[in-house]
Parts: sequence; structure tokens; C-alpha cells
Amino acid sequence: MDYHNAKKVLEVSHLKQYFNVGKKDEVKAVDDISFDIYEGETFGLVGESGSGKTTAGRAIIHLYTPTSGSIKFHGDEVVGMKDKTKMKQFRRDMQMIFQDPYASLNPRMKVRDIIAEGIDINHLAKSKEDRDKRVAELLETVGLNRDHGSRYPHEFSGGQRQRIGIARALAVEPKFIIADEPISALDVSIQAQVVNLLKQLQKERHLTYLFIAHDLSMVKYISDRIGVLHYGRMLEVGTSDEVYNHPLHDYTRSLLSAVPIPDPEYERTRTQIGYDPKYEQGDKARKLVEIAEHHWVQASPDEIPMYQERAKKEGLKVL
Amino acid sequence: MMESNENILEVENLKINFKTYAGTVKAIRDVSFNLKKGETLAIVGESGSGKTVTTRSIMGLLANNAVVEGGTVMFHDQDVLKMTEKQLQDLRGAKIAQIFQDPMTSLDPTMRIGRQIAEPLMVHKGMSKAKAMAQALDMMKLVGITNAENRINDYPHQFSGGMRQRIVIAIALINYPEILIADEPTTALDVTIQAQILDLMRELQNKISTSIIFITHDLGVVAGMADRVAVMYAGKIVEYGTVDEIFYNPKHPYTWGLLSSMPTLETNGDELPSIPGTPPDLLDPPTGDAFAPRNSYALKIDTEKEPPFFKVSDTHYAATWLLHPDAPKVTPPVQIVARQKQFAEMQKKLAAEKLSHPVEEEEERQ
Repeated sequence: MDYHNAKKVLEVSHLKQYFNVGKKDEVKAVDDISFDIYEGETFGLVGESGSGKTTAGRAIIHLYTPTSGSIKFHGDEVVGMKDKTKMKQFRRDMQMIFQDPYASLNPRMKVRDIIAEGIDINHLAKSKEDRDKRVAELLETVGLNRDHGSRYPHEFSGGQRQRIGIARALAVEPKFIIADEPISALDVSIQAQVVNLLKQLQKERHLTYLFIAHDLSMVKYISDRIGVLHYGRMLEVGTSDEVYNHPLHDYTRSLLSAVPIPDPEYERTRTQIGYDPKYEQGDKARKLVEIAEHHWVQASPDEIPMYQERAKKEGLKVL
Repeated sequence: MMESNENILEVENLKINFKTYAGTVKAIRDVSFNLKKGETLAIVGESGSGKTVTTRSIMGLLANNAVVEGGTVMFHDQDVLKMTEKQLQDLRGAKIAQIFQDPMTSLDPTMRIGRQIAEPLMVHKGMSKAKAMAQALDMMKLVGITNAENRINDYPHQFSGGMRQRIVIAIALINYPEILIADEPTTALDVTIQAQILDLMRELQNKISTSIIFITHDLGVVAGMADRVAVMYAGKIVEYGTVDEIFYNPKHPYTWGLLSSMPTLETNGDELPSIPGTPPDLLDPPTGDAFAPRNSYALKIDTEKEPPFFKVSDTHYAATWLLHPDAPKVTPPVQIVARQKQFAEMQKKLAAEKLSHPVEEEEERQ
């Protein structure tokens, strides 16, 4: 992908999302993260539980009001947006697919009404026939049968429910989808189906994805670029090939070395790299620095030479 | 690993049904396998394939609506399925122990962890509380709980997920069980914590030479943990063999599908190979091979008759008609062909090393 000419869809800068602000148990779930997402790409957000990846996603889609920072969507500032029409458009343009296909569908609504809820709210359908037609088309798009609309969520398997969740997100013709662990609750043989569907939809509808997951092999596969989160901070950002093949930050290296690979030979000789958080802790001011082209690492000014050295060793073109 | 040829557990023709309001679910449909002393057997398969039910039958922990239609589970010449509740209680936690998937819910939130770890000793060995607590402390150190002396009187909620799973492992191993059943022990954990727990399990297995039945759907974990692998689908084992045979020379199309639908860190490309469709409804299992409707390699006979096990090597069997001498030759997915190449290389290397010894001919069925 050519990132020089690519259009930025989402610009997140200095986003902070704290909980219980000012109290003794203040949590800095997301602590000053900045990144951009370009049109048509998939940006993968990885990290362990508690790293703040879900909170970041929710803050971006404005399910939370960020503590501070700025989120620009197509150039418009979303934080503190007062214009109701614009806000409604934003809510329509950005949709979310949730992790748990069992908890994210209202069990008392028919699938047809679940999918059409966004259509109704946004008055997208001209008539009842139009509404039914849209729902039927959506069901077929995600690989379900058009008469599945009259059923209830409990009649479907996990993979099918996730497809319903995808159809619901697509119903309002969004431009940007946040997928928060969309396949973690699914069986291996079904995961590939859903990932393929997401990829196919991205191509057909020119969607941009923020893909949040902890399954590192799957994130690598689906993402163009990746950001590594730890303790609410972004430690490394780069193209997925580069982050995976030439990780620069100690944490990324340790995280990748822990991924189990379905290859017994590899597993027998695998050495796991321990993690010493010395380049993350302490009171040094650190920010993301572009070490190699499009490859950013969180570093303080005196740590930059070390990362440049590492990048050289990895054969990267140091800036 | 400390393996021997002594079978510690033999499961033979196990069939288990569940009576539900909708009818009889045939959850386990004729499963046989054995477990050797000191080895790790991984059972892989998707949810509903029967892996958990199989291990529950070994523990005598089947639900009330379960009916054992046939088969035996022999543990030291005794059929677990015929044991009385008293005998089962002596078995559980002493000779066969289990680690469950979710460390958040498998501990008692109202009991201090030292007491929970010591409990099996007091119950099964009649140990005094003081002595049991002392051993519990040793066990806590063994499973890597830092600052064990100060934490022995803490409650589960004061620990992180990884630490709780260490506590669960400590409870399971305190009686040095002969068999440890680990049912998705790391699924709820982060990768870095998962790696620590898996290392710990390997290390402890070497120390106390317990046999492990490892249930998981994560083939990456299997590759690192298992000596042998059994692949389950729709209540049956469809293929089993050594870990190398299953990963580098799989024969069953379901195993092919599983292995190629998992991206590795090297996978690139537009479409991930996926297994179409969903697993069959075991209320009414299809005739013939249950995997046939999802199998692009299915033959006509697959829809008519269930395939028996065909022998690939002394340790490797697969239930697919593709191995029948009359079956047409098929080319597996590219990912599998690559794996088979790797296998052939490994075999060659092995053969070269064995040259000085009497040659053991491995049957080549490609």
C-alpha cells in the first residue's frame, strides 16, 4: 500500500481514556495513544488482556467519552462534536462487530428486526418492501439464507450469529468497521470462514477496518498494519510484515516469541524471549518515533539510537 | 519425555448418549484410545465434537442425562464406568485429576488458596492440616507462585488469571496423580501467560511423570505439548498418530482442513482455506462419514458407509475412505503438501541416522 498518497480516514492523537478520574482507583486504560488509519486498510490492534485495546476501540466509536485527546474521522473532530446531524452521520459511518455473538444479539428480537434496526433509525428504507428487500440482500451477502430473517438468534450457531452481527453492521452502509475480537468465540473451522467473509466485504464495499484481537497469527493475516498496545500505551506501529518479522521493541519480541505455531519441529526448538519492561517503565517521557520508514517505536530521545541500531541489524532502512 | 509402552488407560468402543427434550444426542459414537505412562495425548476437535464428554467419562463426571450405551474405560484393570460413587471419589483428585478451562470459576472464592491446595491431601490421604499446609506451600513454590509464604492465606480474587491457573494446577498435582486431564487449560489466558503455564506443565510432567490428556482446539499448543494426537469430529476419533505424523503427514481431510485453515505467522494471501458448513447435528447423525457434507474430497461411498480405520503406520491410523486401496488418488491442499514434504525430509534424515542400526521400514503410502 502506498501510504504517501493514501487518505487518512481516522486520526487518533493523544487519546486518553481514564476511569474513576481523580479517585484512588483511577485507571489509565488508554494512556496517550496516537495513530492514523488509511482508507481501505485493516489496522490490527494487538495486546494482552488489560492492555486497553477494547477501551481504545470503544473510545474511538464514542461509546465512551474520551478523557482527553482528539479523534478525527474524515477530518471532522468527533470528541465534543455538538452538531447532531453530523454525530448521527458518524454513528452511521462507523459500525462495530462485537466479540460475543451470544451476548450481542437481542434474544427477543427476530433476526430481521435486529438487522433492520439501523435502517429504521436512519430512515434508509422507503417502504416495508424496501426494508425487507434490504434485509434479505444483507442476509445473502453474509452467507445466510434470506428466510432466516424470521427466526430468533437462539436458532443459530456461533458462526451464523457472528454473520448476523456483520449484516447488522453493514445495514447502514458504513465506511469504517471496528471488529472487536470478532472470531475469538468461534471454532477454528468457522474462524476462517468469518475472516474470509470480512476480507471479501472489505474488497467489495471499500471498507476500512480496525481489527482488535489477541490471536496474533490471525491479526497478522488480516491486517495491513499493526499497533502493539501494552498498559494502555502504543509501543510499536508498522506494517504487519515488518512488525512480525522485524519487531524492534522488547515487548513485541517477547509477545511474538510466545505465539504457539502448529509445527512440532518449530515448537521443539522455540526459545521464548522474556520481557524486561525497562524500556517502558520509569518516568522518562517517551513518544512514538519513526525509526524505519512507517515503522514507529515508543522511545525516549536517548533510546532512539538503540532502536536505530536494532533496525540496522534487522536489515531495515533506518531513517 | 518419560514414555513407556505400558498402557495406563484404555478406552474401548465408548458410546455415550444424552437424553434431551429434543431427542437422544449421540455425543460419543464409538471411541477407542489408550494412554501410555508419562505421555501427553492431545485430543483436538471443535466444540461439540465430544472431547470434553470423553474425558468426563474417565472421571466419572457425566451429567445426569448421560447414558453410557457401551464400551469400557479401563484404568488399572478396573472399569471406571462400573465404579461406585465411593470408588470414584477415591479416584478423582487422587489418581486422576483435572484442570478446567476457566481459572476464574474453578476455584472456591470463599476459601483461602492454601486451604484449597491442601484439601486433596487431607481428604485423600488423611493428612493433618499442618502437614498438608506445609506440602501445599511447597507445591505453591513448585508451580511458581511468587512470595508463596505470604500469599498462602490469600483468596482467589487476589490473584491474576495466570496465577489462578497455577493454583488450579497445584491443586490437581498435589496428590501426584497418574493421569492429569487438562481441558483447554490455557484458552482463557494471554499468549505470554499461556507460554508460562505450558512450560510449567511440561516441567512438572518430567518431575512427577504423570500422563496428560490435553484437550484443546489450538493446534499451535498441541504442536508444542503432545506426544500423540487424536483428532475428533462429530463424536468420533477420525485420525490419530504421533504429533509428527498428524502435523506433517495427515491423512484425513478434516485434519487437512484444520491445519490449513490456521494461519501461521508466515501465511499471506487473499483467502484462508476454510472448511465450509457447520458440524452435523448429533441428534440425527448422518449415515456414512459424518464429515462428508463438508468434505470436498468426499467419495460416493462416504455418504453410504462409515469408513473404518486404515493403517498408515504402526502408530498412525485414519478413518477415511481415501486410504482404501481402490480409492482415487487425490492431492491434498497445498499447505498439506508442503507439510508432507517436510515430513519426507525428516524421515530421510532419521533413516540416515539409523543407517548403522537394523532398518525399520516405514510404509510409504503417498
